[in-house]
Amino acid sequence: MLHYADSMAGLPADDVLVARLRSGDEDAFALLLDGWSGGMLRLARSFVSTEASAAEVVQETWLAVIEGIDGYEGRSSLKTWVYRILTNTAKRRGIREHKVVPMSSVDDSGPTVDPSRFRPAGDPFAGHWWQFPPSWPTPEQGLMSSEVRAYLAEALAGLPERQRLVVVLRDVEGRPYDEVCELLGITAANQRVLLHRARAFLRGKLEEYYLEEGS
Amino acid sequence: MSLDCRDFVEQVTLFLDGALAPEAEQDMIDHLALCDGCERYLDQMRQTARALEDLPADALPGDTRSTLIDTFRSRRA
Repeated sequence: MLHYADSMAGLPADDVLVARLRSGDEDAFALLLDGWSGGMLRLARSFVSTEASAAEVVQETWLAVIEGIDGYEGRSSLKTWVYRILTNTAKRRGIREHKVVPMSSVDDSGPTVDPSRFRPAGDPFAGHWWQFPPSWPTPEQGLMSSEVRAYLAEALAGLPERQRLVVVLRDVEGRPYDEVCELLGITAANQRVLLHRARAFLRGKLEEYYLEEGS
Repeated sequence: MSLDCRDFVEQVTLFLDGALAPEAEQDMIDHLALCDGCERYLDQMRQTARALEDLPADALPGDTRSTLIDTFRSRRA
């Protein structure tokens, strides 16, 4: 399975990569290391308590990949296989550090948009916007500025952990639904709830940012 | 309209994933046709998800990277 982001990053197909890793091709290993470690660090950081600890999880994962690549059977994509090793390693360490990500929590219910933004019951247009959400500036070439992205990265850190894990895997890392369910041990329905809450929170943060910028 | 804006905003992620039942999906489309506010909300949720794809990633500390390359060399080559 070749993902868009990886094909853009110029990575060869899985079977080619695996063959090169098995034959001791150092360039292939460096390519993967540089291509995937950033995302792996971010994901690891959601399980453990410090940056240093996250870096150790990523290092431990790569060591396991070096030792275990002969045992990779190609039943999942190579990246899925690596991410599984990563999440298992990170979870074990998270437990040791007493940072256990609770997979049930209270912040998963209630409206994701402030109810006061909608007309109340009794109004002829009950449940409809009082005022439409303010429009955002159209970014040039569809890209947000690096300042906005830095702000978004900060907002991400403010999310409850379960939501952050899901949105990091789905949107930031672009991992497929079924893989995220498996990695985190959650149902598809649960995943959608968490993803929705995370995106709605981040949309709200961007709205705040643009409002402040425009004022 | 059978669906109000307050309901619409809660179903955006399901809608974007194509995970709604056909009837519920039609309700969303019908609502979109009539409501510029929700059209904007949907678009902003889409933009938010897309912006996340472009987030800069941290890099491994340089010494960790070279240790791993060395290990690869000694174990695999």
